[in-house]
Amino acid sequence: MDFLNALVLLANFVLIPAISYGSQLALGALGITLIFAILRFSHFAHGDVMAFGTAGVILTTWALQAAGVSLGPLPTALLALPVGIVASAAILLAADRSVYRFYRKVKAKPIVVVMASLGVMFVVNGLVRFVIGPNDQNFADGARFLFTVREFRDATGLAEGMGIRISQVITVVVTAIVVAALFWFLNRTRTGKSMRAFSDNEDLALLSGINPERVVTVTWLIVAVLVTMAGTLYGLDKSFKAFTYFQLLLPMFAAAILGGMGNPVGAVVGAFVIALSEVGVTYAFRKFLEYLLPDGMAPEGLVQLLSTDYKFAVSFVLLVVVLLVRPTGLFKGQTQ
Amino acid sequence: MFDAATDPVLIGEGMTGGYGAADILHNCTISVNRGEIAVIVGPNGAGKSTAMKAVFGMLNLRQGHVRLMGEDITALSPQARVSKGMGFVPQTHNIFPTMTVEENLEMGAFIREGDFRETLEQVYDLFPILRQKRRQAAGELSGGQRQQVAVGRALMTKPAVLMLDEPTAGVSPIVMDELFDRIIEIARTGVSILMVEQNARQALDIAHKGFVLVQGANRFTDTGQALLADPEVRRSFLGG
Repeated sequence: MDFLNALVLLANFVLIPAISYGSQLALGALGITLIFAILRFSHFAHGDVMAFGTAGVILTTWALQAAGVSLGPLPTALLALPVGIVASAAILLAADRSVYRFYRKVKAKPIVVVMASLGVMFVVNGLVRFVIGPNDQNFADGARFLFTVREFRDATGLAEGMGIRISQVITVVVTAIVVAALFWFLNRTRTGKSMRAFSDNEDLALLSGINPERVVTVTWLIVAVLVTMAGTLYGLDKSFKAFTYFQLLLPMFAAAILGGMGNPVGAVVGAFVIALSEVGVTYAFRKFLEYLLPDGMAPEGLVQLLSTDYKFAVSFVLLVVVLLVRPTGLFKGQTQ
Repeated sequence: MFDAATDPVLIGEGMTGGYGAADILHNCTISVNRGEIAVIVGPNGAGKSTAMKAVFGMLNLRQGHVRLMGEDITALSPQARVSKGMGFVPQTHNIFPTMTVEENLEMGAFIREGDFRETLEQVYDLFPILRQKRRQAAGELSGGQRQQVAVGRALMTKPAVLMLDEPTAGVSPIVMDELFDRIIEIARTGVSILMVEQNARQALDIAHKGFVLVQGANRFTDTGQALLADPEVRRSFLGG
């Protein structure tokens, strides 16, 4: 019984939050890794474009709510997703045409393009605050829980309970669908294969008649879908705040680098490793240990390795360790 | 105008040019007839690869022109030349390493409209080992097998001319002989072959025509056998 209680406790406070947070990071990290694979630079504007797309979703959600449109138990934001995707696609393509394309043409060094994307980041950053403001925005509606902690306790008779929120279920389901669709696209379709070919060997891809501008455009469109999904799911799960989205840049990059830059499988695995570490390291394990250890051996402290205020340090430490020990990441990524 | 029986399928005539201000090629002429093998040989730094790149449009020519089946293609980009019927196998980085063998070949056929299963089968018949390893990542194959993937990829467009830049660089002598046998087989199907080779003796042995370049200019041009028999060529370029 104690063992089950410990397990339920861990699931409620670590596993379930980490899985949904990891899913959101995975979508973001996939975008980062795709851009790196195809355009060969680190896209620093990623977090802010995510905020921009999500802002589009939020404004549309509010309009839909005002018009009385609803999805019942599901959040209305799902209906608004296409608008957000179009918005982020528009800003990504605008940035590409006005900024990145020039650096591609002059074959600028990757670090130059990274700095350019930093500039784009500041622009989008301001734009988001201009459109929706710097404050917390709540746009979640529909049913809140699949089942609550109390319902779980009553049903099982355990001392501990766990709850699963609808937003967490949606996050995992949507991520699974999007990741599966992305891998199908990259591995089975002609356009997807041409993207992988371009990533593998740009010169040979050109010789084979693959149009680089088309590959780049398709990449941005896919990234628009990924970031808008990631941002909306994160916003539904927690809340929307432009600054928080900018901060997500670190764990997303850590995930992509941990998995191996340019490797989509790596990005997904890296995201879950980062999420689990972040949640696990900042969780107080005292109660968990009380269940497992014999009486009298229970620890006195909280057994919390790190205060939640320092959760970003986890990504940082993992990032540094990976770069020191295995710079190509868990899965073989590109190193440039 | 163009007579397929007598005129060369591909000719780079009087080519002069280089990558920057200084010319590397000086009035250099390279050609190949239908179904024949032409080989460019010469000492290091003679401009062999440069001459081939010039024919393929990867070099700006100040003088001279390139004609493919009678048509002047001097102004075309390398990609446009691929659509016109030229296949090119670079010396290095000539495969997509993380993609499977079959995907590599599919990418070779990217510009083709319609079904390419038949060509794929022909490539597999030519290189049976590739059929066996078609689901394996090309980057995991041995050097000789990678070269087969590279040649196979270029064949997927059904080119009239196949250009190979040192196809046997870094492979063992046995693999080299095997590769040359395949190249002869490809030429027999009517594809013209133009290749640059370090292994001059073996290459001239299978060549219908050989071009010996020295400092970016033609020094000797003759049939492969005649060049091999020429005492001066032997002394200067084949080591006796």
